[in-house]
Amino acid sequence: MDILDFTAVGLADEIKKGEVSAQEAVEAVFSRIDNCEDELNCYISFDRMEAVKRAQQVQKAIEAGEIHSSLAGVPVAIKDNICTKGMKTTCASKILQNFVPTYSAHAVKCLEEAGAVIIGKTNMDEFAMGSTTETSFTGPTKNPWNTACVPGGSSGGSAAAVAAGECYYALGSDTGGSIRQPAGYCGIVGMKPTYSTVSRYGLIAYGSSLDQIGPLCKDVTDCANILEVITSYDEKDSTSARRKDASFTEALVDDVKGMRIGIPKEYFGKGLEPEISAAVLKAAALLEEKGAIIEEFNLTLTDYAIPAYYTIASAEASSNLERFDGIKYGYRTEVYEGLHNMYKKTRSEGFGGEVKRRIMLGSFVLSSGYYDAYYLKALRVKALIKQEFDKAFSKYDVILGPVAPQTAPKLGESLTEPLKMYLGDIYTISANLTGIPGISVPCGIDSKGLPIGLQLLGDCFREKNIIRTAYAYEQARGKFAGPDVSGCEHSLYEVE
Amino acid sequence: MAKVISDETIEYVGILAKLELQEEEKEQAKKDMAVMLDYIDKMKELDTEGIEPMSHIFSVNNVFREDIVTNGDDRENILANAPLKKNGMFNVPKTFE
Repeated sequence: MDILDFTAVGLADEIKKGEVSAQEAVEAVFSRIDNCEDELNCYISFDRMEAVKRAQQVQKAIEAGEIHSSLAGVPVAIKDNICTKGMKTTCASKILQNFVPTYSAHAVKCLEEAGAVIIGKTNMDEFAMGSTTETSFTGPTKNPWNTACVPGGSSGGSAAAVAAGECYYALGSDTGGSIRQPAGYCGIVGMKPTYSTVSRYGLIAYGSSLDQIGPLCKDVTDCANILEVITSYDEKDSTSARRKDASFTEALVDDVKGMRIGIPKEYFGKGLEPEISAAVLKAAALLEEKGAIIEEFNLTLTDYAIPAYYTIASAEASSNLERFDGIKYGYRTEVYEGLHNMYKKTRSEGFGGEVKRRIMLGSFVLSSGYYDAYYLKALRVKALIKQEFDKAFSKYDVILGPVAPQTAPKLGESLTEPLKMYLGDIYTISANLTGIPGISVPCGIDSKGLPIGLQLLGDCFREKNIIRTAYAYEQARGKFAGPDVSGCEHSLYEVE
Repeated sequence: MAKVISDETIEYVGILAKLELQEEEKEQAKKDMAVMLDYIDKMKELDTEGIEPMSHIFSVNNVFREDIVTNGDDRENILANAPLKKNGMFNVPKTFE
C-alpha cells in the first residue's frame, strides 16, 4: 500500500506500530508536492526543512511514549487565515503578504500538542471571501479531479491538498460553507462544528458571529478524531463553549436504526443539478435501508438565508477589516499625504476587488439611515431562520441534503457575476446563521467525472448525530476512490 | 425596483470604508452595490414585526477574566511586522500639526 493512501488515523497507527516513520510520511507528502504543486497551487507557503525537523522530534516523542494521540506524527496543512507562530500567514491578501504571527491559533496549538507535523499554509479566497479560491492574491488553486475546474472555496487549497495527497488532513474555516463546499467539490470529508466549539483565537476574523474552524480530511473517522483534538474551551475566545461531551469518536458507530432524518423540500428545488439530486436521494435511501426514518419537510425560509447572510457577513467584515491600516503590520502604500490618505491608499491598493465589494456593502448597511432597514432587519430574519431550524430539530436528529447546487464549476466562470456565486451557498449558509454543525461527505461522481457532496446538518452541540449518520452512510457506500494524481503532469486531464 | 446608487452615496461609503476608488472602480462599485441591495431587499417580504434582532445564537453575557499578561515581551517580533519603524516604535504619519 502506498504510504499516501493511508488516512490520518491509519497513518498514525502505522507510525505507532513502527511500520513507517513520521519522517517517511513527511517525505512522501513532499514528493507529492514536488509532482503536483506547480499544477495545483494548493499552498501559499511551505517549509520542508522545518517539517522534517519537526517530524524527527515527534517520532522521538512517540517512541519515548510521550505522545499518544490518534494523529501523532501525521502531516497537516493549515489554511492561511489561521495564525502559525513564525510562519507567514497572509490570508491570501497583498495587505498581509509579509505578516509573520507572533503566536499560534489555539486550534494549531491543540494539533501540535497532539503531535501534528505542519507542512505549510494553504491557499484560499482573499480573507475567505469567495467560493472558488480564485480571489487569492497568489492565483487560483486547481481542482485535482480536473484542473480546468475550481476546488471550491474559500478553503480550496486545504481541500485540494487533502484530495491530491499533498497532506493527510487540513484545517479550514467555514463562514458560509467554506469548509463543506470545497470538501464537496474535491470529494473529501469536511465539517463545520457548532459555533463556539473550536476557539477562534488566532483565526483572522471575517464574520465573527459566523466563523468556525474545522477539519478537511479523507473520511469520517479522521473527521471525528481531528475534531476531538481541536475542541477545547479557550478563555481567549470569549464565545468559546465548555463542551460537556466532546468524545466525538464515540459516535463512530455503524447503526442508524431509529435515527430521524428530515429532507427539506426546498433543498431539491429549481437550480439543483438532477445528477446531484439523484445521488443525494440515493444516499438517503441507503440510510433508510439501514433503519433510519426518512421524512420530507419544509424549510420555507431557505431563500431568505442568503440575503440575511450577506448583510451580516459584510457588516462584520467591514468592521473586522478596519484593523488593516498600514501601521502595525502588513502592506503600507509608498506615497501618501498625511494619515488619512495613507489609510485610504494602503487599503485600496492592499485589498482585492471582492474584499472591497464586501467592505463597501458592509459599511453601507451599517451606516446611519440604513442600519435598521438592512442590518437589524437581517438580524431579525436570522432569528426567524433559527426558530425554523429549532422546530425542525424538535422532529429530526439530522437534516439531509446536497452541499451545493452544482459540482465544481470551471475556473473563471464565477467571478464575473458575484451574485450568481453567492447563490451557490444556498444549502450551506443557514448552518452559519444558526450556529449548527454540518458535515460534507462524498456521495457520487457526476457525468463530468466530478465528485458530488452529501450534507448532513445537526442541532447545536449534536455533532454526534451527524458523525454517526455520516459514518453509517460511509460504511454502506464503500470506499470512495480519490482523483488519480499519480505523476500529476500526465494523468491530470482537462475536460472541454 | 432597480436601485440606483448615487455618486454621493459611493463617496460617503468610501469615507466610511476608508477606501479610495478609481473612477472605473467607482462605476463598477455602484453597479455591484445596486445589484446586491436589490437582492437583499428580498428580506422586506418577511414580516419581522415584534421579532428581536438576534446577534448571538447562544445567550452569552459579558465574559470577564483577570487582566494578567501571560505572553511575555514580544516587542521585537511584533515590531518586525511593522511596515515602518523608528527607535523601537511604529513610525506613523503626522497626526496633528
